Amino acid sequence: MQVVETPVKLDSQVPAGRLQDKWDTYKDYVKLVSPANKRKRTILVVGTGLAGGSAAATLAGLGYNVKSFCIQDSARRAHSIAAQGGINAAKNYPNDGDTIWRLFYDTIKGGDYRSREANVYRLAQVSNNIIDQAVAQGVPFAREYGGLLDNRSFGGAQVSRTFYARGQTGQQLLLGAYQAMSQQIEEGNIEMKARREMLDLVVIDGRARGIITRNLVTGVIERHLGDAVLLCTGGYGNVYYLSTNAKNSNVTAAWRCFKRGAYFANPCYTQIHPTCIPVSGEYQSKLTLMSESLRNDGRVWVPNDSNDTRPPSQIPENERDYYLERRYPSFGNLVPRDVASRAAKKECDDGRGVGETKLAVYLDFADAIKRLGKQAVEDRYGNLFEMYERITGENPYKVPMRIFPAVHYTMGGLWVDYELQSTIPGLFVLGEANFSDHGANRLGASALMQGLADGYFVIPYTLGGFLAGVPMNDDVTTDHEAFAATEQEALERINRLLSIKGDKTVTEFHRELGQIMWDHVGMARNRKGLEEACKSIAALREEYWQNVRVPGVNETFNKNLEFAARVADFLELGELMARDALHREESSGGHFREEYQTPEGEALRNDEDFAYVAAWEYTGDHANPTLHKEELEFEYVKPTTRSYK
Amino acid sequence: MAKNMTIHLKVWRQAGPEAPGRLVDYTVKEANEHMSFLELLDVLNEQLIKEEAEPIEFDNDCREGICGSCGLMVGGTAHGPQPRTAVCQLHMRHYNDGDTIVVEPWRAAAFPLIKDLVVDRTAFDRIVAAGGYISATTGGAADANALPIAKEKADAAMDFASCIGCGACVAACPNSSASLFTAAKIAHLALLPQGHPERTRRVVNMVDQMEKEGFGDCSNHAECEAVCPKGISIAGIATMRREYMKAMLSS
Ligand SMILES: Cc1cc2nc3c(=O)[nH]c(=O)nc-3n(C[C@H](O)[C@H](O)[C@H](O)COP(=O)(O)OP(=O)(O)OC[C@H]3O[C@@H](n4cnc5c(N)ncnc54)[C@H](O)[C@@H]3O)c2cc1C
Ligand code: FES
Repeated sequence: MQVVETPVKLDSQVPAGRLQDKWDTYKDYVKLVSPANKRKRTILVVGTGLAGGSAAATLAGLGYNVKSFCIQDSARRAHSIAAQGGINAAKNYPNDGDTIWRLFYDTIKGGDYRSREANVYRLAQVSNNIIDQAVAQGVPFAREYGGLLDNRSFGGAQVSRTFYARGQTGQQLLLGAYQAMSQQIEEGNIEMKARREMLDLVVIDGRARGIITRNLVTGVIERHLGDAVLLCTGGYGNVYYLSTNAKNSNVTAAWRCFKRGAYFANPCYTQIHPTCIPVSGEYQSKLTLMSESLRNDGRVWVPNDSNDTRPPSQIPENERDYYLERRYPSFGNLVPRDVASRAAKKECDDGRGVGETKLAVYLDFADAIKRLGKQAVEDRYGNLFEMYERITGENPYKVPMRIFPAVHYTMGGLWVDYELQSTIPGLFVLGEANFSDHGANRLGASALMQGLADGYFVIPYTLGGFLAGVPMNDDVTTDHEAFAATEQEALERINRLLSIKGDKTVTEFHRELGQIMWDHVGMARNRKGLEEACKSIAALREEYWQNVRVPGVNETFNKNLEFAARVADFLELGELMARDALHREESSGGHFREEYQTPEGEALRNDEDFAYVAAWEYTGDHANPTLHKEELEFEYVKPTTRSYK
Repeated sequence: MAKNMTIHLKVWRQAGPEAPGRLVDYTVKEANEHMSFLELLDVLNEQLIKEEAEPIEFDNDCREGICGSCGLMVGGTAHGPQPRTAVCQLHMRHYNDGDTIVVEPWRAAAFPLIKDLVVDRTAFDRIVAAGGYISATTGGAADANALPIAKEKADAAMDFASCIGCGACVAACPNSSASLFTAAKIAHLALLPQGHPERTRRVVNMVDQMEKEGFGDCSNHAECEAVCPKGISIAGIATMRREYMKAMLSS
């Protein structure tokens, strides 16, 4: 593949000064917007997850006019609601030695040295404010008998810094943000537009000035004008069709911005979670995550013999392979997510998978029950066991769980600078939709932290700095020709999709795309597979526009039409992910290239050549995207190799 | 091998709020015991699209019982026959080959129908906007541990806070009351010290809004508690009444 590179240096706008002082200095000097002027500014916030919800509530509270948009019927249902495990903060309440520095360091290391130091440090700094804010809103975090907040430990850290609300941390944090938004709606500071989908970005004189949306109930295409656009639209894991993401999670808003000039950074970095409930059949519509904590007591194994079809209880101890314990004697079942996922894939590739589909491995609690007693196991994992049984109909106290890895989170996203601004002035990107803080791999409990940091504590400052520098009351209205043209394009796309009337459904195409992505741009990638993926995705895309069948009309509630437009964008994104994976000739974090591994099969990072952010610029539907590099400088942390042997 | 089964469905079809609606018969031959109920509808929809018919519209998103998007009357029960289970987590193994299942939308005056099985639940958002929050200006919060809260209180608050806002309580109630939904929020916030300064205003405004939206009164049928996928207790309704009485006495 030919990669077009440009020498243009991407300016990350990181303030000068000591790492520890950058954010404070930034805040000291950033320009402010006066209260009277805030009222004259309209901010379009797309998405109501943790990032969008917290941003909308805070900006409205500051006095801006906010218009909020989401796909679901209520802001409260954004995908963030599903997060289970918890949220990190450097509070050091347990006094076990945590500091802001340590949270920063763990996040940089966990990200396999592919993130920007200054952003990550700021994230660690504001993490504590998030917990204070959430408690003030009434988020019922778990507490100890003494009445103080409880913490637990999570993968990749030696301290207990994770705050949680049962297995529903995302729900409670999102409801906190949603309730804060609701207050602002009642006070008239937020105009809430639910069941609206952003179809495109309107750029006028090089600045993001508006969006085009579709009313998902009536099909009406609408224009919205603003002084800035905040994209908080989540991740793109659903490009794999099956993932732990909610059904409506998609890339459309981000992809449309990419096509209007926003660079897409590190699209190949995908996180695959090792402990999900396996696929049971063709009709499978999504995957359910089982908390990682299960690996604390469960033992992972497969039968030695790939032809062994006996039920697990009849397979004697000496005919089982506890492959994680065998391969990683010091970490055993607790190796990090990516290592555990790849190891499970390898066993299944070798034909030793279990269950009907042979795409699963056992996670066995028999020893834990023997050692601790059934009650103790129930106390620890009771609700997870119940969830497993509800879905599979099997009782994990009696038979081992069957688990398999699933796509879970996307570290890549639109490129943003320190101020969270994309390469289109006035377009800011927050939460999972941006690429910023997790490098090549995200640690557990840090996505919630990042979304809320962006929305509550970063954007209120950086947006003001931007707005203070742009003119007020220009004469742009939604009658501007750019609005008309962008709206027309959106409408034409819809009409085109409806007019094809082919033989294959949107879901069939999406499943096929997912299979290509999973096989070639999944847990382990290689040159040949990636080249093949680029070709087969392009061919599938071609076929899509000839042969997709989208039922019904535009002027009604039409879920299939919504999905048709999203899948069309996934069919373009998939190819960019493959290209990015192809060009990155190293293994880092969630990106494992089979050609770049140690003799023992461990990831081989190449800091010499690849310590940069790959930011792709759209140059036309039939042209190769241009690669821009943001070199990463590690002034404070020296990159080292991870080892879990 | 997974058991294949044939399932007959009678599904409510209605093109729009003003259009006439009716139950339409469908048969899915490739149902399977491992499928979720929504996956059964997916399979049916794929079938319909192939037959050039319009697929059935129904709200859903997380498919793991937490977002509250899904909500169907399945066989006459909100979310179907499994206790503490949202319909997206209901699996076909609870049915038998040849069964006939009636599928209808939530029915309540305050939840106007949009299309097929999709209803408008924005009344819930307006009830929350009327007072279901604690005012906390971003950035002005005290240290999270400055105010200890007894574990029992925090746990009880969490029990109420786990409401997913699906609307099953309304759909199951003979009076279409939104009392369990409203009470869950009031009880959650009343149990926490942070919620106290606004408690009077909160309960009065939320209860007023609930009435304005056209939800009925609660007459203690407890059908709501029985269908709630999160098992929210009707004890919350008693708390709401107490809070309301106190508010009335103090004003
Ligand atoms: C099962 C699961 C468990 C997880 N557990 C944890 C955990 O324990 N800890 C942790 O830190 N992280 C966890 N994560 C990750 C974390 O939940 C997400 O990364 C995070 O919530 C994303 O938040 P967000 O605000 O960026 O986006 P989202 O919550 O995805 O919100 C996206 C919003 O954008 C809207 N939207 C999207 N496209 C459009 C459009 N075109 N037009 C209009 N609106 C649009 C949607 O309607 C929605 O409101 C988990 C993820 C999953 C899947
Ligand atoms: S789809 Fe989210 S609760 Fe059922």
